[in-house]
Amino acid sequence: MAEIRLEQLAHSYHSAPSEPADYALRRMEHVWEQGGAYALLGPSGCGKSTLLNIISGLLTPSEGRVLYDGKSVNDLTPQQRNIAQVFQFPVVYDTMTVFQNLAFPLRNQGHSRERIDLRVREVAEALEIEPLLNRKAQNLTADEKQKVSMGRGLVRDDVAAILFDEPLTVIDPQLKWRLRRKLKEIHQRFNVTMVYVTHDQLEASTFADKIAVMYQGQIVQFGTPRELFENPQHTFVGYFIGSPGMNFLDISLGTSGVEFEGRALAVADTIVTQLRQVKAERLQIGIRPEFVQLVTPENAILHGHVDLIQDQGTFKIVDVCLDTPSARVIKVRIGEEQVVPEGRVGLSFPAAWQRFYVDDRLVEGTHENL
Amino acid sequence: MKTYNNKAWWLVLPVFALVAFSAIIPMMTVVNYSIQDIFDPNTRYFVGTEWYREILADPRLLDSLLRQFVYSLCVLVIEVPLGIIVALSMPRRGLGVPVSLILLSLPLLVPWNVVGTIWQIIGREDIGLYGWILNSIGLDYNYASNPRDAWATVLIMDVWHWTSLVALLCYSGLRSIPDVYYQAARIDRASHWAVFRFIQLPKLKNVLLIAVMLRFMDSFMIYTEPFVLTGGGPGTATTFLSQTLTQMALGQFDLGRAAAFSLIYFLIILLVTWVFYTAMTHNDDKG
Repeated sequence: MAEIRLEQLAHSYHSAPSEPADYALRRMEHVWEQGGAYALLGPSGCGKSTLLNIISGLLTPSEGRVLYDGKSVNDLTPQQRNIAQVFQFPVVYDTMTVFQNLAFPLRNQGHSRERIDLRVREVAEALEIEPLLNRKAQNLTADEKQKVSMGRGLVRDDVAAILFDEPLTVIDPQLKWRLRRKLKEIHQRFNVTMVYVTHDQLEASTFADKIAVMYQGQIVQFGTPRELFENPQHTFVGYFIGSPGMNFLDISLGTSGVEFEGRALAVADTIVTQLRQVKAERLQIGIRPEFVQLVTPENAILHGHVDLIQDQGTFKIVDVCLDTPSARVIKVRIGEEQVVPEGRVGLSFPAAWQRFYVDDRLVEGTHENL
Repeated sequence: MKTYNNKAWWLVLPVFALVAFSAIIPMMTVVNYSIQDIFDPNTRYFVGTEWYREILADPRLLDSLLRQFVYSLCVLVIEVPLGIIVALSMPRRGLGVPVSLILLSLPLLVPWNVVGTIWQIIGREDIGLYGWILNSIGLDYNYASNPRDAWATVLIMDVWHWTSLVALLCYSGLRSIPDVYYQAARIDRASHWAVFRFIQLPKLKNVLLIAVMLRFMDSFMIYTEPFVLTGGGPGTATTFLSQTLTQMALGQFDLGRAAAFSLIYFLIILLVTWVFYTAMTHNDDKG
């Protein structure tokens, strides 16, 4: 049980890193509080697994420190850190039975027979693998094996934290949902810090209280699923979270205020003033497809025509192709019952949901002023 | 109506011919010899199983069979664990990898009779390094007169020549174990012994199976090295099966007996290999 703090942490697989691209992890400060359920979310190759392996001690960071409860553990092995980790693909000890597999970490620590028996049965029950306990591990199916791998992580109740590296990749969808619930239950029961790496936003938001979104070796935002949805701190978060992701348009500041390809957008004066003060190479407006409104052409500034309608069952995604020179597509998410107008349509961006980005970072305050 | 086209069988013909000429026909020739008594190309008698019965009762042969089994057992008991130890201590990355691979491959490139010659010289007490050292530290070593020394030398020669093969096979097996297994073991706080016992050894099972079978078959058919070193002596101390067979077939031109012997020899190797294979894989499909 521990609070895990990352201090000035960075990691490069190069021996002499010189530019930012050489770093798998760029310098970061981060705290995982004791007892939290966290998700580390990001696309493949963003450094999630590297970060996890650094926390567990399988990898030594090239810069910075990892602190457990304020003490540096940089020089400690995974064994000494007393941490559990579950990997993406199942790792079982083939020649052992399921029971022996689950008991293995406890036996290595020299626990008593009764205690081992008790813990193994408890975890087997939670993961619903009791009937398999006497089976040889090598003959299990992939998802059974993965449950055994997870069980080995959960069986030790004195660990500093349990780290999961995309543990449900090999599990089929129905079982996935049940296992996530199980993990959450186990988390509540044992009050142990859990960090869960995934590239699936749904998985992250059902498991975790707070999600850290990683992009290009950095944690670009750390917050609740709601915060990530409503106020993405980085264009990547806007794009990556949500289905479909946020709409972004490149804007400029003209005489009439905020303009998109020569058309003035309805943006509050306070924001325009604020935007005029920042120096930016790239200025963008972002709005979630859920909040874009389809209106009659007369009442709109931006116009376009409906390009594609995807019916998702409970909602529809409408692709509106703007009639500006770039012919950009804006995605609009509307209710199943709502009728999509034919021909030319107008779009409106409600002021409460407009977000502004300077060089991919959210301009602080632009959403609170409204 | 369905049209059958059997032309594809023609494609199998070359392989069939190859197998026939390389294995089936020679083998049948041996079977043919083993059930006849041949005096000259025109005089032959059918004798049924007589040669087999005679062979199986021949003390010379039974002696050499026993010797052969003991020898192959010693080879396996020494070379397999030693090969595993060598493989485990080989470097996993860096310049050490090619260097150790080349060093280990060298003995495998030396022809059998050259190995025999090398050890014949190296074991001599007057000019051989090994023989001279043993004698000068007070051990009475002489492979030409002492059966125990001759045996030990043939065995050491085999270990020197072939442990590399086991080591290389095991090394390739070890390299194929994904890193994540070692990582999981570290997380589970497994000891070095536990890593070997529960990860490396089970994952090496398939290559070990190949290593054990290859080393068994090869050592069971050993001929050149003892022939060059001692000619099978002193007495019959290092006369192994294939040498007994050669003496019978070529030395005495006893084709019928030699053919029966060959077939029994072949069946023993087949049987023992099958036993090894079954013993090492029988756990695979048990729950």
